[in-house]
Amino acid sequence: MSIDLKTTSIEPLRKTFDHIAEKLGGDKAATRYQEAVWGLQPQLNFHYRPTWDQRYALYDPRRTAIVMKDFDDLVDPRQYYYGTWTMQRGRQQDAQERNFELVEKRELLAGLDAAWRDRLTRFVLPLRHVAWAGNTNNSFICAYGYGAPITSAAGMHMMDELGVAQYISRIGLVLADNETTLLDAAKDAWMTAPMWQPLRELVERSMVTQDWFELFVAQNFVIDGLIYPLAFDRFDAHLVAHGGAAFPMLTEFIVDWHAESARWVDAMLKMAAAETPANRQHLDAWFAQWLPAVAGALEPLAAFAFGDTGALTDVTAALRARAGKLGLGG
Amino acid sequence: MAKGKKLGLKERYALMTRGLDWETSYQPMDAVFPYDHYEGIKIKDWDGWADPFRLTMDAYWKYQAEKERKLYAILDAFQQNNGQLNISEARYLSAVKLWLQGITPLEYAAHRGFAHAGRAFRGAGARIACQMQSLDELRHAQTQLHAFSHYNKFFHGFHGFAHMRDRAWYLSIPKSFFEDAMTAGPFEFVTSISFAFEYVLTNLLFMPFVSGAAYNGDMATTTFGFSAQSDESRHMTLGLEVVKFMLQQHEDNVPIVQAWLDKWFWRGYRLLGLVGTMMDYMLPKKVMSWQEAWGIYWEENGIALFHDLARYGIRLPKHHEVAAKEKHRLTHEMWLTLYQYGNALSLHTWIPDDAELDWMSEKYGASFDERYRPRLVYLREREQRGERYFNNRLPMVCQVCQIPVFYTEPDDPLVQCVRIVEAGGTKHHCCSDGCADIFRREPEKYVQALLPPQQIYRGEAGGARDIWEYAAWLHLEKDVDTGEYRGSPDQQHWAQWQQAHKATPADAA
Repeated sequence: MSIDLKTTSIEPLRKTFDHIAEKLGGDKAATRYQEAVWGLQPQLNFHYRPTWDQRYALYDPRRTAIVMKDFDDLVDPRQYYYGTWTMQRGRQQDAQERNFELVEKRELLAGLDAAWRDRLTRFVLPLRHVAWAGNTNNSFICAYGYGAPITSAAGMHMMDELGVAQYISRIGLVLADNETTLLDAAKDAWMTAPMWQPLRELVERSMVTQDWFELFVAQNFVIDGLIYPLAFDRFDAHLVAHGGAAFPMLTEFIVDWHAESARWVDAMLKMAAAETPANRQHLDAWFAQWLPAVAGALEPLAAFAFGDTGALTDVTAALRARAGKLGLGG
Repeated sequence: MAKGKKLGLKERYALMTRGLDWETSYQPMDAVFPYDHYEGIKIKDWDGWADPFRLTMDAYWKYQAEKERKLYAILDAFQQNNGQLNISEARYLSAVKLWLQGITPLEYAAHRGFAHAGRAFRGAGARIACQMQSLDELRHAQTQLHAFSHYNKFFHGFHGFAHMRDRAWYLSIPKSFFEDAMTAGPFEFVTSISFAFEYVLTNLLFMPFVSGAAYNGDMATTTFGFSAQSDESRHMTLGLEVVKFMLQQHEDNVPIVQAWLDKWFWRGYRLLGLVGTMMDYMLPKKVMSWQEAWGIYWEENGIALFHDLARYGIRLPKHHEVAAKEKHRLTHEMWLTLYQYGNALSLHTWIPDDAELDWMSEKYGASFDERYRPRLVYLREREQRGERYFNNRLPMVCQVCQIPVFYTEPDDPLVQCVRIVEAGGTKHHCCSDGCADIFRREPEKYVQALLPPQQIYRGEAGGARDIWEYAAWLHLEKDVDTGEYRGSPDQQHWAQWQQAHKATPADAA
């Protein structure tokens, strides 16, 4: 038996906005995600050329070699608009905060083997600078990309990368009893230690890359796609085995975020590659260029952290397989 | 593991932001940050940047998630309970239509503009503050869309906003305003939007719309407005910090910043003419008059702020005295223009009833009774005779602010104010000395402006030959989306729903 509530019933005139109906192929009920991103970016009649780059219009699809019939097709499988994104991150940060409190209060990292503790500080902590570059690069994609679906998601990704950089920093503070010593040392290593220089050289190269879709491939697919499995999956496992059973509590956000955002990254590449053979060629060329460069830059770090480069070979093969599933690297 | 000393909030925040940054050496810093020099702003030390709000991402997510949960719970309830029936009158929605068509797109533009600034500055503190604002602006665009989406289902005039946004003559006023800011360098962008607009003039945008929504029973708009308030106060703090930072860094920055303040005060003031008109004319239940709002928010608060900046060598913006001279007539002149071009607006216009005219007489006094009331009464009489007036000719619009050149001389309200400026042997028309000055400072920028009437004459508006064909090209349905409120489908539906709504409890009994 159902409960029969009486309310005022008024027949709506339409179900959604005209441009959404056009995209849906008729006046159908639209999701909040669709109404929040489709058609949101202005498309024509721009009044002035940017004084900072007169070659392009204010919003210009020519800022990448990737061509889409409609950039609004690059929808986020997570369907994140600001509200759903920030509520999800709010829940995750609550959990992460409790983890930090527990590890600190119960001194859960006290038993970590000294040699592995040293590797942790020297291998993981400088990665906060890589995450910061991830923030910078995604702000580029958000600013100069085309179409609200990919640029709004890149904006969220930009803040997520900053969040990761700050969580790595907090690990450094936890390990140093709230002193800045380890983070200061990590920055010195990032700037001067020979094993970090190939990666810093490469990261700085990404920061001057001008095609925003190439940058998307370099940063979000290749750099992050190799570093996260290496530093927060393979490496965590070693720490767990050496008295750091609680360490994954400190990287829970980072690991979950990478797995979740990889769905978005993969979807972008898959859709762009499926759009035209020319797109696929560009994506293939960028992947072919950045993968060996990043893997090469990670070699001295992997050798330091793991004693050999076996783990790096594995994650590189895994990324190739991931690319293969998206129709790349053929 | 012993408990270490707690880092102070300021040190901790610096570590979590600037501490992440480094001076690049494999690539020159000027290649990584190519856009923060060419405006001529000199920064000696980016560490002099005082972070206006020390929010790390965890805290940002925590606060913002709480706000979004509450906001969407209320929007859901609003939709489920036909909250649209609780507004004062359906004509109130002209204000909401204007917001959706004119302001919501600016929120998205701000999202992109702050992403640009958040990439462009080489100072990490400034970059992060801009990035957070970029996301806040995305929030505002999307929460507004979600709030207004429900009105779109029951009223006309909302449905084609995205098409209109890039084409409609009156929407090129806000569009050109924001594109002017976005195409400027990053320092001018944050000065224009964060300081001039959000710090100095924001109360004249936010207060009329959000208080207007509250007075008129619009729970959806009121809720996102209040929810956005704490974001806005962060943005205002950023605006003030940016300006003080530039002024403190180098004395050569002072004249540059002064010129921007002159420009953006006037640009913002001209845009607010639309908002003031909304306050005086579109709200069935009125909050305060434009003249009163200008008195409180500019003449008291705004001027006091500029006096605070005097110690840096900043003076009041040029032409502020013109705004004072116009305050008793600005909205009446604007409404008479919107009314006559109501054939190409995606909102309704009307002549106020006697009680509203009395309110205006009380607020504006003798000048209103002498000059504007008789015109409004005359137009109402025409309409009652079945001769509702529409102007079928295209207006000449200002080369800078894009408002039709209809304002009157500052010192003579009976003479149209037109200023002619020249660039490259071509004459251009401006509505005021304020706009003419802006043109003369950067003629190479303003000659690029796309003026809708000229586009129509060039056949770039779907080949439209008159204003009616132009309206059709905008996807406006005549006398449904456009035109007179009285007798419109919106008004008729509203009357039916009110009838049914009132009848429901009686039927149940």
